[in-house]
Amino acid sequence: MHQQIQSILSLYHCDKTRLIDMLWDVQKLHGYIGDEAVGLLSDGLNMSPLDIRETISFYHFFITRPSGRHQVYLCDSVIARMNGYEDVRAALEQEVGCAFGEVNDTNIFGLFDTNCIGLSDQEPAMMVDDVVFTNLTAAKVKDIIGQLKQGKTAGEVANSAGKDRRDVAYVNSLVSDNIRERGEVFFKPGLDYKAILRGCLNKIPSEIIEIVSSSNLRGRGGAGFPTGLKWRLCGEAEGTEKYIICNADEGEPGTFKDRVLLTRSPKDVLLGMVIAAYAIGSRVGIIYLRTEYRYLKDYLEQQLQEFREDGLLGNKILDTEFDFDIRIQMGAGAYICGDETALIESCEGKRGTPRVKPPYPIQKGYLGQPTCVNNVETFASVCRILEKGSDWFKGMGTDESTGTRLLSVSGDCERPGIFEIEWGVTLNHVLEMVGAKDPMAVQISGPSGECVSVAKDGERQICYSDLSCNGSFMIFDKSRNLVDMIKSFMTFFVHESCGICVPCRAGGVDLLHKVELLLAGRACQKDLDDIVSWGALMRATSRCGLGTTAPRPLLTTMEKFPELYQQIIVQSKGPLLPSFDLEEALQGHEKAYKTLVPEEVK
Amino acid sequence: MSVRITIDGKVVEAQEGEALIDVAADNGVYIPSLCYVRGKPCLGTCRVCSVRVNDSVMASCTVPVTDGMEVKVNEPEVTDMRKALVELLFVEGNHNCPSCEKSGRCELQAVGYEVDMMVSRFPYRFPVRKRDHVSKHIFLERDRCIFCQRCVEFIRDKESGQKIFSIDDRGTKASIEIDVELADKMPPEQVREASDLCPVGCIIEKGRGYDEPIGQRKFEIQSVRERALMGDEK
Ligand SMILES: Cc1cc2nc3c(=O)[nH]c(=O)nc-3n(C[C@H](O)[C@H](O)[C@H](O)COP(=O)(O)O)c2cc1C
Ligand code: SF4
Ligand code: SF4
Repeated sequence: MHQQIQSILSLYHCDKTRLIDMLWDVQKLHGYIGDEAVGLLSDGLNMSPLDIRETISFYHFFITRPSGRHQVYLCDSVIARMNGYEDVRAALEQEVGCAFGEVNDTNIFGLFDTNCIGLSDQEPAMMVDDVVFTNLTAAKVKDIIGQLKQGKTAGEVANSAGKDRRDVAYVNSLVSDNIRERGEVFFKPGLDYKAILRGCLNKIPSEIIEIVSSSNLRGRGGAGFPTGLKWRLCGEAEGTEKYIICNADEGEPGTFKDRVLLTRSPKDVLLGMVIAAYAIGSRVGIIYLRTEYRYLKDYLEQQLQEFREDGLLGNKILDTEFDFDIRIQMGAGAYICGDETALIESCEGKRGTPRVKPPYPIQKGYLGQPTCVNNVETFASVCRILEKGSDWFKGMGTDESTGTRLLSVSGDCERPGIFEIEWGVTLNHVLEMVGAKDPMAVQISGPSGECVSVAKDGERQICYSDLSCNGSFMIFDKSRNLVDMIKSFMTFFVHESCGICVPCRAGGVDLLHKVELLLAGRACQKDLDDIVSWGALMRATSRCGLGTTAPRPLLTTMEKFPELYQQIIVQSKGPLLPSFDLEEALQGHEKAYKTLVPEEVK
Repeated sequence: MSVRITIDGKVVEAQEGEALIDVAADNGVYIPSLCYVRGKPCLGTCRVCSVRVNDSVMASCTVPVTDGMEVKVNEPEVTDMRKALVELLFVEGNHNCPSCEKSGRCELQAVGYEVDMMVSRFPYRFPVRKRDHVSKHIFLERDRCIFCQRCVEFIRDKESGQKIFSIDDRGTKASIEIDVELADKMPPEQVREASDLCPVGCIIEKGRGYDEPIGQRKFEIQSVRERALMGDEK
């Protein structure tokens, strides 16, 4: 043990900013991160053991006790529940012989829940060790667990043909890409990356920034910040080093387009990063990849290697004086790490706690230096803009939302998958394209976005100034209970709150409680009023985007579907609120009487 | 550089980049807060210092002042938000002031008075949290922790710089932890510093108990508002 941990420590030069990598290495080695390993790491890093535990305990996928030879994480999301999740869950418990949250008697399997794993177009899905299984049914579960019981590894079951993990064929054997509609920007085969980059290196950095600015490209991660402006500010900021980070955390439930981009067009993304690095003067880039996509890691490493061999990464790129290289930072299971400042903390080996802003990452980001964080799709767009010019890009979409955007479509429709749309198309247009029958509502941009009514909002345009969309597009038809969906979203936010600030940590719990009252038929008008006012509190005072958006599913469904809520609330009878459970309240007395009052007195 | 901002309609001068909460205090406007300590880096965790800055709500400890900023502190809507946040903290943990060693010295209690809190609008949760008595000089009454992070960030082992206090897990499952080995090495002044720095009665110095009589405790002699306006670090 001592020897092993020492070699992990020296692999990362005892640099505590690489703690997450070290923890992954320990977990891979031992199956979990035990006390002894924590002790040795703490000695090597001059951190108290509890300080290391602070980091471990923040992340969903770090485990601290033996949890079976195979760890099964079944995705529990709204979309999974619409596609047979319950049966699959029951089949897993049956086959494995233990309940979720437990390890079975033979210590072979541990069953765990997890949030959306970026496969909403092929749910139900589960992660087992370092692979995933999709489109699950009870029969498929039986087969997979049976093979694992016979001693196969999860990799052998998922990839029975033994494909090389560095090859795209391997990724294909695990997941489908389901690209349904192609447009002008993404997934173009045969790009001449050398020629594109040579064209860039022939310009001075400010010209590159000017091209990106004039294309009006806005960040595809959600906030829609103008990319050219971000690069300019980051380029101008003072620092000894500058960093480029590609945000591949893709944690928003319902989105999976970054996964497909990284699978189909990884080099578009990498070249976008190289161009950004040249433009702002950076030598080091990081791809922050969510754990749920770990089956892409070897493949992406191979893409990086090919770029190095082609002279597009490394020292003296294309024989110029420009040096730049990229490493992959694995996440460890935390939605909040999609927030750029939390992501940077995580890259520094810490808990993914969003930072206090200002300073912004472009001023003081990774390791305190100016850092430019962009979404996967943003970088892929950059690659194409520098190939074809900003006018070409501006020719698509609307004036303020230029170009195209990838939608990850899931839920009630015939063709779930990836659709490239020009900004500006209407909601109805998309619904028609994807084959949605009888749609009632669409949750745009995932739980952090807004729920729209197809009847009321069908003609609204998908663009930054109207229906802004981060890519997640979940469709619910008229048979669905929206309040159930809201409960799932609120549970998600409570679970994913980092907990550093009061309104989100404490307020989220109260909103979830209200939703439970609604579903139990014990809420009245006052509860709806409380939701509006407590939601406004969270929106206004939370420290980061998670807390400010968490009330949105509730608030937007209440706005668009008021009748749904009016139908399920009840009138107060007498002086007590319906949420007050008299029976339950009195039980406390009964219990106390039974346990505390001596027999002879009773 | 000197800048001018308005706070509740009054024009005041300040140095650019100063924290808004300090500028307000220096100009006689009290903004309550539970995590901020004047002179120390901003933690931005409690959000109780939220005010309106040019129409958006911001935690004033996180806002560096810039010229022309329009700030509203005592406007009804944000005033009620600050109060609501304090109320949230009272129900999130278990705060039984009459039996608490920190009563009269507790910032949560003192700020509760300042924001005119009578009862919480949020349902009481009565969480079950375990007490920790293991270290020699300190016990943690976790029921009262508000996760302000003061102890985590500002109290370090003198020799190694390591964290003595830390937060385990996240969100609703978070709990404050103490490294017993390091805590047992804390000199008495540092133990006192930690327990005074904790805004509530969570970090309790063993053997101190109720050492000051009622009526003579910190905030009973001088309110938290008066102290803040004098530039006191609380
Ligand atoms: C809670 C939260 C989660 C986020 N998750 C992601 C994510 O998964 N992917 C992403 O690109 N941006 C995410 N963002 C937005 C990032 O903070 C950041 O704005 C973005 O990566 C910037 O890239 P862009 O300008 O290219 O959009 C998230 C923000 C918040 C507040
Ligand atoms: S809003 Fe939520 S996730 Fe964001 S900092 Fe606050 S507690 Fe953490
Ligand atoms: S123990 Fe006290 S100082 Fe530490 S986080 Fe909790 S309330 Fe804050």
